[in-house]
Amino acid sequence: MSLDRLDHREDQDVPVQRNRQDRPATAPPGLAPRELGRWAWRQLTSMRIALILLFLLALAAVPGSVIPQETVDPNRASQWQGQHPHLTPIYQKLGLFHVFSSAWFSAIYILLMVSLVGCILPRSAVYWRGLRARPPRAPHRLERLPEHRSFVTDEPPEAVLERARRLLRRRRFRVATAPAAGEGSAVESLAAERGKLREAGNLLFHVSVLLVLAGVAIGSLFGFKGGVIVVTGHGFSNSLSQYDDFTSGSLFNPENLAPFSFKVTNFDVTFIRRGREAGQAHKFSAGLDYQSSPTAPRKHATISVNHPLQLDGTDVYLISHGYAPHITVRDGQGHVAYAGPVVFLPENATFRSFGVVKVPDAVSSTGRPEQLGFEGEFYPTYAFTMRSGPFSAFPDAKNPAVSMLAYRGDLGLDSGQPQSVYTLDKQHLTPIRKADGKPLRLDLMLGQSQKLPDGMGTVTFDGVSRFVKLQISSSPADWLALLGMSLALLGLLGSLFIRPRRMWVKVRREGGRTLVEVAGLDRTAGGDLAGEVDGLVGGLSDRPVDGHGSRRSDGPSTAEENS
Amino acid sequence: MSHEQFEVLSNQAVAACAVVYFLALLAHLAQWAVERKVPVTASTGEPAREPAREPARAAVGAVAGSAVREDPPVTTGAAPAAPYDHTGDRADRFGRIGLALTVVAAAIHLVAVVSRGLAADPARVPWGNMYEFTLTGTLVVAAGYLLLYRKFSLSWLAPIVTGFVLVTLMADVLLLYSPVTPLRDALQSPWLVIHVVAAIIATGAFTIGGMASVLYLVKERWLARGHATGHATGLATGRGYLARLPGLEALDRVAYRTQAFAFPVWTFAALIAGPIWAKHAWGTYWSWDPKEVWAFITWVVYAAYLHARATAGWKGRAAAIIALIGLATLWFNFIGINFFFGQGSMHSYA
Repeated sequence: MSLDRLDHREDQDVPVQRNRQDRPATAPPGLAPRELGRWAWRQLTSMRIALILLFLLALAAVPGSVIPQETVDPNRASQWQGQHPHLTPIYQKLGLFHVFSSAWFSAIYILLMVSLVGCILPRSAVYWRGLRARPPRAPHRLERLPEHRSFVTDEPPEAVLERARRLLRRRRFRVATAPAAGEGSAVESLAAERGKLREAGNLLFHVSVLLVLAGVAIGSLFGFKGGVIVVTGHGFSNSLSQYDDFTSGSLFNPENLAPFSFKVTNFDVTFIRRGREAGQAHKFSAGLDYQSSPTAPRKHATISVNHPLQLDGTDVYLISHGYAPHITVRDGQGHVAYAGPVVFLPENATFRSFGVVKVPDAVSSTGRPEQLGFEGEFYPTYAFTMRSGPFSAFPDAKNPAVSMLAYRGDLGLDSGQPQSVYTLDKQHLTPIRKADGKPLRLDLMLGQSQKLPDGMGTVTFDGVSRFVKLQISSSPADWLALLGMSLALLGLLGSLFIRPRRMWVKVRREGGRTLVEVAGLDRTAGGDLAGEVDGLVGGLSDRPVDGHGSRRSDGPSTAEENS
Repeated sequence: MSHEQFEVLSNQAVAACAVVYFLALLAHLAQWAVERKVPVTASTGEPAREPAREPARAAVGAVAGSAVREDPPVTTGAAPAAPYDHTGDRADRFGRIGLALTVVAAAIHLVAVVSRGLAADPARVPWGNMYEFTLTGTLVVAAGYLLLYRKFSLSWLAPIVTGFVLVTLMADVLLLYSPVTPLRDALQSPWLVIHVVAAIIATGAFTIGGMASVLYLVKERWLARGHATGHATGLATGRGYLARLPGLEALDRVAYRTQAFAFPVWTFAALIAGPIWAKHAWGTYWSWDPKEVWAFITWVVYAAYLHARATAGWKGRAAAIIALIGLATLWFNFIGINFFFGQGSMHSYA
């Protein structure tokens, strides 16, 4: 795979495997394993196959954007799976829920990388040899080149050549003097070359792609990414058990988690109150008191979107925020069976939020153990109309209220099945009903309490805290991938915009005067070759160019671009 | 001026520049209509070349909005048959008027973009949503055309560019318009400027390159159908717009040069600036968000385009088709992902 294969028409000394790239053999030449292997290798490293693999890579990425990916958005993926019970097993077999780590996607890019290596190794060798080669000698008939001028001067040939050498060096050409091809010593000539870095850029680009891949691979093998919700005033210490969700690379060792801890001291958010953007969060930030290890001094930091906290190669990001109303449940005996902030997850832009309270150890007034569950909404600015029912009028906590249904029975906490703290498993729960038989709904404004029937106790809404959702992640070789990508860009620029150019100057004594011929050849189109040739001629002769070599004005050279 | 006044100014400037673009389009259509009377002589396979030497300073002052005084290059390089000389003059005049109007329209367009940014409180870069992105992207297409006008003698691209910018602006106003709002938290980063500017420039350049690729395919087909004599060499005779397009080689060169410029810019926007910003904002360089997937697909397809041009058998026609596939993925990323598959996307604003 090579970004652009230069045309090595005149490079007799620099062979390029043109056959390999342009005309891969169409059929395997027999079944000898060695031959077959060589044939397969030639196929794989041919440009055609590289192109096909590139297209396959593009095509293979498409399902990753159409089908919800488990690694990108697990909630949406499981939701989709629920809605498509027939397709799901098939898709699962095909790995369509994790396209970018599936066997077939990996196969394509590994083949592509092998193809790339197979292409750049020989090319690097060719380039290395070519790098030390002298600029090729002047062709026999300079006038056949796309840009050609000639003029006659009275100066001796040596002086003209010396001046040409100086001028070309100033223009960053490598210059070599050599007798022109196939002519006697009566003719002296000079060959100059520039722009060999184009191929170097091309090679750098391809090597850098490998570097990026290495960086990504290291990052995904040794890295991790976890999410945690922390209510303000509460703390977090970096160990596996503290995370709400956690994914890590296969070579990640939990013992390598940096031993930091922090406490979320405060959370500030400003909501725009007026105008059409009312209700948008203007800025939000969280204050953290952190220690990079249990013995380290305590420090304070403020994190916000785009401004994470970096701790020993681990980054702490503020992702989102929400409310955690303080709910206190007193049981039939008057004991506090549950107290504290409960995280309610925001459901819309006005922060109407959904949450559950699980009270596993209540005791009824008769002394019977009882499990209670509550499920419902939190409204930061409670409002009500007959048409819409209850809703939140504003995202800020201006008039907070909770509205929950109450359940009793078995919460299922002892079943051994892991349970989400944000949902109530209602399999063995029955709604608590009012005297009239309707399900009991607790509607509590801030500070209000409500009694449960049958002496089951009371529920109080004591206060509101905010919580922050933090993402804590580490991907060790990010810098390598970034470095690789930057080098790739550098190489790309070189391979696209450096213009290889060759110039020749021939001088010959003719009837007591000196005939000077200047010619140039570009390997890429678009450069102002004519201008360069004219400039050189202008520098060599103080006279304007005569009619012998007409000043051609048809713009860019005719050399095929990137041929 | 207050923020609200700037918003009104922006909206009015969009309307005004659309009108001027329309007039420019009419002028260019008139130019091509008049030129139908002038047969293209066979020597004009490469009409792009000759005018390249002429000093046409017109395009340079485009963004600054300076008036156009200089003759634009002779549009076709065709030597009109003697009896039709006055017709050629008329065509030239229409061409000049069209170019001048395009410059004026682009200047008003620039006013629209700048005042859109000043309309927000606090003032900000005008790339907060799809409407603003499209508004700026079309300006990049118009400005890129004007800047390259002289270098590539792009007069043949005039009706396409003015038409495209006009239609896209109309669609933008009709379908994507949204009032000025402040930037969301996630967008408040210097990387917004870096990432989005690069993405817009690359999109504009890919679009101009795509136009040249389309014209390449159209002209190639036209030549292949034998509408012209000597089609093997790309030389054309005839009277219509297609006859006056530059030769296949020149079209291919314009397509390649713009796309080769856009590719590194896109690489920077999508694969360097984007990931760095994502790392700051979301905590991962690359998370295979739908937008990222399609940015990657676009990158891979254009990489294939550059490779294809280097491979015998894939040049010209095949390369042009690959470039257009790339352009399609680019636009799909902008439009399709936002409207159809964007539910999971963290790029919901762009």
